[in-house]
Amino acid sequence: MNDILLQIGLCVESGKINKASPYPPAMKDREGADELTRMAIEGGTSPDAILEEALIPAMARVGEKFSRKEIYVPQMLMSAKAMNSAMAHLKPFFQSGETKRKGKFIVGTVAGDLHDIGKNLVAMMIEGGGWEVIDLGVDVGTEKFMNALDANPGAVVGLSALLTTTMENMKKTVSALKEKHSGVRILIGGAPVTQDYCDKIGADFYSPDPQGAVNYLKQLAS
Amino acid sequence: MQTILRGTSGEVVIDTNGPVVIIGESINPTRRRKLVSTLTEGNFEYLLELAETQIRAGADVLDVNVGFPGVDDEKLLPLAVSAIQQRFHIPLCLDSPNPRAIEAALKAVNGKALINSVNGEEKSLAALLPVAREYGAAIIGLCMDDDGITHDPLKRLSIAEKIIERAMLAGIGREDVIIDPLAMAVSADTGACLVTLSTIKLIRERLGQNITLGASNISFGLPGRETLNEVFTAMAVQCGLTCPIANPEKVTAAVRAADLVLGRDDFAMRFVDYYQSRQAQDAQ
Repeated sequence: MNDILLQIGLCVESGKINKASPYPPAMKDREGADELTRMAIEGGTSPDAILEEALIPAMARVGEKFSRKEIYVPQMLMSAKAMNSAMAHLKPFFQSGETKRKGKFIVGTVAGDLHDIGKNLVAMMIEGGGWEVIDLGVDVGTEKFMNALDANPGAVVGLSALLTTTMENMKKTVSALKEKHSGVRILIGGAPVTQDYCDKIGADFYSPDPQGAVNYLKQLAS
Repeated sequence: MQTILRGTSGEVVIDTNGPVVIIGESINPTRRRKLVSTLTEGNFEYLLELAETQIRAGADVLDVNVGFPGVDDEKLLPLAVSAIQQRFHIPLCLDSPNPRAIEAALKAVNGKALINSVNGEEKSLAALLPVAREYGAAIIGLCMDDDGITHDPLKRLSIAEKIIERAMLAGIGREDVIIDPLAMAVSADTGACLVTLSTIKLIRERLGQNITLGASNISFGLPGRETLNEVFTAMAVQCGLTCPIANPEKVTAAVRAADLVLGRDDFAMRFVDYYQSRQAQDAQ
């Protein structure tokens, strides 16, 4: 792998967004994911290689470290920001179809629930896994999930809930989506959610951490 | 301003001049799977154990939340209330997003309970204010409304004002509205706790209400959670927090220390007593 891809990966893993960013202090005044990605594209590196060989593996390392509790939420958010600054340079290639993403992922926190951190972490990790993410936000009712799925048939759906009192709404959304789109894959997560509950409501996958969701999608796409 | 709550005997006075009253948060099925499994079997022993542990650790009031999938909390919440009140005398804080469950529980309550919670949404005000009035309960008013959660302390203040006005129109005493200014995780937004502290100060200075807060989640996603929670709680108390909803096993020491530092603990009696009773418990 060429050096610039390694450097982009390192920036994403360390949360180095761009040259102006003072974080992390050890990388002060060095080019960040933003500049390096632009330079890579200008130098003729293929956008596919940037995605597959730099961004996806770097975000996977971030997810694994988070699962092992070696890093914390603010560090993941910095990595995600660095990834986004790199992704911005890839957007034109996604739009033209020159670089393809693995698929679409619709995500939201269920009705009555305003917690967004867990949902955001999953969304950014899945985007970092090469998927196009459609983030519906928080307090998302069944109808909104349905409309998004109607507009993006074949998309995978992710539901988040942080309260035992709102997770009941997962069941309603899962049943309605499965009834209309029988092949849809739905994954669920959040503090009170369990594998047992996942089985009970007929969802396809449960993961206690964001990386589990990324790995599941990877398996679906292969 | 004083908000008075009652259990089966005696009363708890939440006073804006302190000392801090602790509302124990642990009777809540989120992250406590054993509570779900025991309650599903109709077994209240673990729930009572959680009540006792919290009271020993310094809880003055107990929050009671028994909502989880597959349960009818309209039936379960009143049963839980009765089970607790048969054994413990302290006031209860009834916690459910379902107004019918709150009303059913209020019918079962002996004393004057606190409702957790009303917010600025029209639907919430319409459903819960008449119920609070009818059963003589105090309410927690959450600083969010039909537009969701704002990060502007002045907007949170105006939602608090609206809830107080509407509560008074419904016949509820101003002192029976305890405001929750909202606390969000500081890991996702390092300005989040400052927004909460600013809101607490505004509410204290301009409205003079008692203030509560679910303070344990500000540390989500970070190491050193207990330190963060203790420091934040102490700072919030200085700004005007009077009755946090928290785990008394973890927060009581910081709360007693904050009261002492703020000159609300004559002869450091409560602070010292907390440590002496812990020593006595450890020696057993």
